Amino acid sequence: MKNRQATRLLFELSKPGSAEDILPDCDVPEEPAESLLPGELLADQPPPLPEVSEPQVVRHYVNLSQWNMSVDTHFYPLGSCTMKYNPKRNDRAANLPGFVNLHPYQPEATLQGLLECLYRLEQMLAEIAGMDAVTLQPAAGAQGELTALLIAAAYYRDRGEKRTQVLIPDAAHGTNPASAAMAGFHAVEVRSDHRGMVDLEDLTAKLDSRTAVFMITNPNTLGLFDVNIRRVADLVHAAGGLVYLDGANMNAVLGIVRPGDCGADMMHFNPHKTFSGPHGGGGPGAGPVAVNQHLADFLPVPRIISAPGGFRLDSDRPKSIGRVRSFCGNIGVLLRAYAYLRTQGAEGLRQVSERAVLNANYLLQRVRHIIPVPHGVRCMHEFVASALKLKASRNLSAMDLAKRLLDYGFHAPTVYFPLIVREALMVEPTESETKETLDAFAEVLFRITEEPEELLHEAPHTTPISRPDEVRAARNPILKWTPQADSV
Amino acid sequence: MAYLPQSDDDIRQMLEVIGVSSVDGLFDHIPQEIRLRGPLKLPAALSEAALQQHMEALAACNSGTDRTISFLGAGCYDHFIPAVVDFIASRSEFYTSYTPYQPEVSQGNLQALFEYQTLITQLFGMDAANAGMYDGATAAAEAVLMAIAAQNGKRKVLVPESLHPEYRQVLRTYTANVDVSITVLPTPGGRVDAAAIAKQLDSKTACVVIQQPNFFGCVEPIHDVIQAAHAAGALVVAVVDPISMGLLKRPGDLGADLVAAEGQPLGIPQQWGGPFLGILACREQVLRRMPGRLAGQTTDRQGRRCWVLTLQTREQHIRREKATSNICTNQHLMAIRAAVYLALLGPHGLRKAAILCLNKAHYAARVFTRDSGLLPAFEGPFFKEFVLKAESPAEVARIQERAFEAGFFAGVPLGTWYPDLQDAILFAVTERRTREEIDALSQCLACARRSSTAAERLVR
Repeated sequence: MKNRQATRLLFELSKPGSAEDILPDCDVPEEPAESLLPGELLADQPPPLPEVSEPQVVRHYVNLSQWNMSVDTHFYPLGSCTMKYNPKRNDRAANLPGFVNLHPYQPEATLQGLLECLYRLEQMLAEIAGMDAVTLQPAAGAQGELTALLIAAAYYRDRGEKRTQVLIPDAAHGTNPASAAMAGFHAVEVRSDHRGMVDLEDLTAKLDSRTAVFMITNPNTLGLFDVNIRRVADLVHAAGGLVYLDGANMNAVLGIVRPGDCGADMMHFNPHKTFSGPHGGGGPGAGPVAVNQHLADFLPVPRIISAPGGFRLDSDRPKSIGRVRSFCGNIGVLLRAYAYLRTQGAEGLRQVSERAVLNANYLLQRVRHIIPVPHGVRCMHEFVASALKLKASRNLSAMDLAKRLLDYGFHAPTVYFPLIVREALMVEPTESETKETLDAFAEVLFRITEEPEELLHEAPHTTPISRPDEVRAARNPILKWTPQADSV
Repeated sequence: MAYLPQSDDDIRQMLEVIGVSSVDGLFDHIPQEIRLRGPLKLPAALSEAALQQHMEALAACNSGTDRTISFLGAGCYDHFIPAVVDFIASRSEFYTSYTPYQPEVSQGNLQALFEYQTLITQLFGMDAANAGMYDGATAAAEAVLMAIAAQNGKRKVLVPESLHPEYRQVLRTYTANVDVSITVLPTPGGRVDAAAIAKQLDSKTACVVIQQPNFFGCVEPIHDVIQAAHAAGALVVAVVDPISMGLLKRPGDLGADLVAAEGQPLGIPQQWGGPFLGILACREQVLRRMPGRLAGQTTDRQGRRCWVLTLQTREQHIRREKATSNICTNQHLMAIRAAVYLALLGPHGLRKAAILCLNKAHYAARVFTRDSGLLPAFEGPFFKEFVLKAESPAEVARIQERAFEAGFFAGVPLGTWYPDLQDAILFAVTERRTREEIDALSQCLACARRSSTAAERLVR
């Protein structure tokens, strides 16, 4: 089945003169480029791109697509990434010509349908967050974090306070400290206690007049709901700081808990996860940010407002942090989120979280006798198992298990994250998987732990390639094809 | 419609295994005082059929470039998108997959990225390209941050007014709380004055940003800028229209150190400004400061060529606060679109696209000025966009209105960003515009002007 010929690199498939002539001929009087542009800026020849015919391009990419695991083809329990089913109706809605062909600078009067949609999306997200105002502009969760931290910086500048630190639990995603650094803050790590919750003593010790923001992911990256969240928020507020909720794990608590009701001042959503926008192989996503009233003036411009004559874009916000990207956001992703929310309603959304938590807890019970789950017998939408014992008893690492799962047609869980669990396997089944799939996964996992060590060290065996040499890739980076590099 | 496959019987069995009596019991540990009482206040759920109807009704309230002939550009263009691009991007093996954390089952995505990176280096003549950023504006901002990081202790950035105003705004936002000083250089003639830049360059200057062709569509004297910058020890960040590479010398061949570009013209729909594709490419010397993902070639255990994500020690999931950026995605599907587009067009197709844009834009500029008497705002050479001046901001508004009534988006008024250009309009002409459309708009502009001059005379 593997077509090795069509999946040679585009550059190896290239043959001069084979590309199609797709564009129309010129219907205006033509003038030589030399008479219209300065000669010293004109290239002698076009860039050395490959020349490939249309049928070859199609066969090449269709074959490449089949060398991927995806939600539509496989169970994809990649912890922290919420790889749920992506409803096709949302794609169809977002791809309507009346949405796809809109230019960012066309008059507002010609955009009323889109603006209404985005305005309502903001309102729905504010309700789910339990907060007052939303910006849809950030292009990804990480950019949402950055946006919120820039809002915090602007807020303190406005109040004449100099606060320089962002406190972040040790279990947090790497984007949290990286966003803090980009926003000009120092990241300070706060320990987790033995239950996986924020260590209140350590938090108290680190909170002071330098604290700008405490970033918390709740449920956290261990898949646990930090039951002290209200107390944590009170402590941070008492120190004059703001609480930021990383919404990465909102799939566990939709309609059950609202971050705003827990004391969070701002948060971001990941619509490509929680609201089923497809992941696109690694993007595009989106990172809408919700804030409470006292921070609303600082949101990026433009804001979408509802005025008597219709919806408008308002850029006249003197306290705004400005723009975080060009134009107004990843509209295609946001429209899918809107469509998802409209087809769920309040009851549907709550069910999403209930079933996500049900599936995760069921799988946890099925798995924990095979691979221990150090932080308890219950979880929210995901759990973190540890292969530490298997490592000691049979020299099997989390990576070995992950690789062998691929042979059985399951995408691997997230491995070696969060950093506070050794030999971590982070499993997030999502609500859209059947009990049968979860059973099959657990059975395969059990079977794998009984298999000979060598078989696992060498896994995977049935995929298009075996384990790649990552050290070699980093030591001698080859980041592009060159004519002289021989194909191996 | 929650897409839930579990039957009541499944749920009962699952709860039994878990050892709780109801699904609600799974949330027992969450303190009551923070639990939501009552349902979320959201609109009632729609069926699939009702959703489609609702979305179609909303879409019908918009009038996009499929219904109105567009001369809008300014960073987002109505270029032709071949059917193959849409087809490949709709393969759900691509669009429902995620980051290639497991390379053995992600070779399709990884190879596609490696090819994308190669195509981008070929397009711009650079040593290396990453797997993509959010958009052109954030790619430019991150390129500046890279340049600053590479230029020990230098914190000054020179930015001409001819750089897209939104790119300048994003750069300002990104650097608001870090020690960077941005000097904006006026470009009254529509292009940078290399001599004026040379005067501003000093030992503290980390980099100069230059857009080619610039926001006004004018072709910048990029040679002179690069020469002046390098003479002062500053790096150059070139912000480049990828379509222009069909004709213009590549920034890498001219000596640019970093290239940031908006990839939207390469087969990505306009969709009101996103999702787009931030292209970022650099020279070898600054590679280790590159933000974002990189696909690299290696071999598997059988010695077969394959691809992985590499140089990850730059990234946030490893380096946390010391990472080169916080970015952890790459607009992957948009990068695939761009790669498919470039592969389909090839060098000659890209050249043809560029020549069509060049000729049609010049034809449009000629007939617009001839028929309507609007005057070019700037004298310099241009590529696919140009600026014309009306009598007054009021006339700009009238022209826009009349043209829209006749079925045209007649360019982007520049007054929003440039107080000196309140009376100016930026027109973009891509290969999609036909002679007939250009002639028709020209007549419409002439008409709008005649009536507006008449109206103004009456008022006087």
